[in-house]
Amino acid sequence: MIYEGKQKIWADYQKEIPEDHYFYVRSCIRQSFFPASEVTFLDITRNKLGKDIFETEHHTTCGGIAYHSDAIPQETAMTIIARQFALMKKYGYENYVCSCITSFGLYCETMETWREYPELQEKIADNLWKSCHLEFAKPKFLVHASDLIFKYRNQIAAKSKYKLVNVKTGEPLRVVEHIGCHYSKMFPSKGVGGAEYPYVLVGMVEAWGGQIIDYPERRHCCGFGFRQYMIQSNRGYSLSNTHKKFESMEPFKPDMIITNCPGCPYFLDRWQYVIAETEGKTYGENGHGIPVFTYEEVAGLVMGYDPWDLGLQTHQVGVEPLLDKMGIPYDPAKKYLGKNGKNIGEPEKPHCLK
Amino acid sequence: MQDYRIKEGLNACINCGTCTAICPAAEFYRYDPRRIVDIVQHQDDAQIEELLKSDTIWYCGECLSCVTRCPRKNAAGLIIMALRSLSIQTGFFMESEKGRQMYLLCKDLNSNILNYGYCVYPRTFKYKEHQEAGVVWKWEEEHLDDIFERLGGNLDGEGAGAMRKIPQKDLDELKKIYDITGATQMLENVRAAGLKKAEELGLTEEEYAKKLYTESSNKHFNH
Ligand code: SF4
Ligand code: SF4
Repeated sequence: MIYEGKQKIWADYQKEIPEDHYFYVRSCIRQSFFPASEVTFLDITRNKLGKDIFETEHHTTCGGIAYHSDAIPQETAMTIIARQFALMKKYGYENYVCSCITSFGLYCETMETWREYPELQEKIADNLWKSCHLEFAKPKFLVHASDLIFKYRNQIAAKSKYKLVNVKTGEPLRVVEHIGCHYSKMFPSKGVGGAEYPYVLVGMVEAWGGQIIDYPERRHCCGFGFRQYMIQSNRGYSLSNTHKKFESMEPFKPDMIITNCPGCPYFLDRWQYVIAETEGKTYGENGHGIPVFTYEEVAGLVMGYDPWDLGLQTHQVGVEPLLDKMGIPYDPAKKYLGKNGKNIGEPEKPHCLK
Repeated sequence: MQDYRIKEGLNACINCGTCTAICPAAEFYRYDPRRIVDIVQHQDDAQIEELLKSDTIWYCGECLSCVTRCPRKNAAGLIIMALRSLSIQTGFFMESEKGRQMYLLCKDLNSNILNYGYCVYPRTFKYKEHQEAGVVWKWEEEHLDDIFERLGGNLDGEGAGAMRKIPQKDLDELKKIYDITGATQMLENVRAAGLKKAEELGLTEEEYAKKLYTESSNKHFNH
C-alpha cells in the first residue's frame, strides 16, 4: 500500500525532459572538486549517446553561492542568470541544462518570480540590455544534468559493463541516494519525482542494478548552509548535520552514496574524514568510510570508465571497497599519477580513516 | 517590506512549528524559524528592527527544506533572506557577531566572481583555511595544474572546459551587472562598515578578517 502511495506521488511529478539539444552550463563547485565528473557527463552524452550538448566559454557562475550567502542582491543574481539564458538563445538553443543544484534551484525561483511579477522581468531585461547588450530570453525547458542522466539511464544500462551488484554475493548493492535540497524542495514539480520521493537518482540506481536504502534522515540537508560552511567559525553547523545523517544511515549498512548536487558529495566525503580523524568513528566496513559519488561517476563506473580517469583518487574516503564489490579492476600503482604517468607524489595517509 | 521574497514566501502562518521541527539550523543554533515568520506577519516594526540587529537571522543555512513541509506554503528561508538584505541595507547587520561576517563573505565570494567568474575557484580555496578538505586536497593544492590536466579539466585555459579562464570581456559584463543592480554599492557599504569596525577595535584589516573567520561566542548554540 505504502509503495503504491509512493508510486502515485511520483506519477504526479513526471517532468518533461527533452531528448536532445541542450545548452550546458557548468557548476563552480563541481568544476573545482569533481572536474572529471563534468568531463564524463559530456563524454557520455556526446560521444557515447550521440547527443548535442553545447558549451561556450562565455558563461560564468550564476552567482548562486554568493546569493545564498547574502553577498549579492537578488536583482544582481537575476541579471547574471538572464545573461546566461541570453547566451543560450544567442547560440541557438532553447533547452538549458545546468550542472549545479544551487543554480537549478535559483533558476526555478527566478523564473517563477518573473512569471508572477512581469514588471520585475521587464526590469531585469532592461538591466541585461544596459549591461551586456544581450536580448532577454527564457529557456523552453530547464533541467538539471542529473535529469538527463536519469532520462538516459536505460541507454546507459544497455551499454553497461558493470552493475551495482556485489559480484561475490550476487546481491544488489545497498545505495543511499542524497538529493541536493535546492533540486526540488522549493518547487517539487520541477524535479523528477517531487520533493518527498524524488525519483531522479532512485531511477538510475534501479536501472543499474542497485537497491535503495530508506533511512530516517534521508531528506535531511547535507549541512552546507552556505555561510555556515564558508566561515570557519560557523562550520560546526555543517559538520553536525552531516553527522546526523551518517548516524541515521549507519544501521542500514550502505555500500555507497550517490548524490546529484556538487556540494553534497564533497561534504559527505570530507566530514566522514573529519569525524574519523577527530572521533575515531568510521561508517563503512573495517575502518573504511562509505564511498560517496556523483551520479556522473556512478554512470562512468557502470559504463566501464577507469576509476582514476573519473577522478575517484581525489575523494578522501577510499573508493576501493566499492570497486571490489562491483568487480571493477583498477591499478593501485596508477592511482595518483598525473597525465602520461607523470609522478606528482601522493597525498599523506589519514591517521584513522583507511 | 517590498522584497519579492516576502510576497512569495508569506501566506498566513498558523504557527504550527513544522518549519522549526525539520530545520537543520534549529538543531544546531538557538533558532526558531516559526518565531521569525510570526514576527514578520505581525509587522511589528520594533520587533522587526530587533531581528535585523540580532544574530538570529544569520543562523539559517538557506537549504529551503522548510518550504516543502509548511502546510501554508510559506518559505521561512526566503523571508529570512529578505530580512538579511534589509539588515545589510540599513546597516543593522553590524550590530551582531554573525551579521558582521558579511564583511568576509562579500569580500571572498565577490572577489572570486569578479576576478575569475566563479563563486568557488580552486586556487583561492586554501587547505590552510579548509583543513576539513583533507590531506587529499592538500596534495591537490600542491599539484592543481597536473591534476586538472590528468582529469581532462582546463584550469585557466583558453576555450571551453572545466575551470577554464573566463574571457575578460565576460568578466567586464559581470562588473557592469554589479554596477547597475546595486551590488557594487552594497559591497562598498559592507566593506566601509567592516573597516570602520576594525579601526574601532584597533585591528588591521587582516587581523579583523581573521577574527571574523575564526571567532565565535558560545551563546549561539543549542547544546
Ligand atoms: S511551517 Fe509554515 S505555518 Fe507552520 S510555523 Fe512554519 S511558516 Fe508557519
Ligand atoms: S531554509 Fe533556513 S529556516 Fe528553512 S529549514 Fe533551511 S535552515 Fe531552516
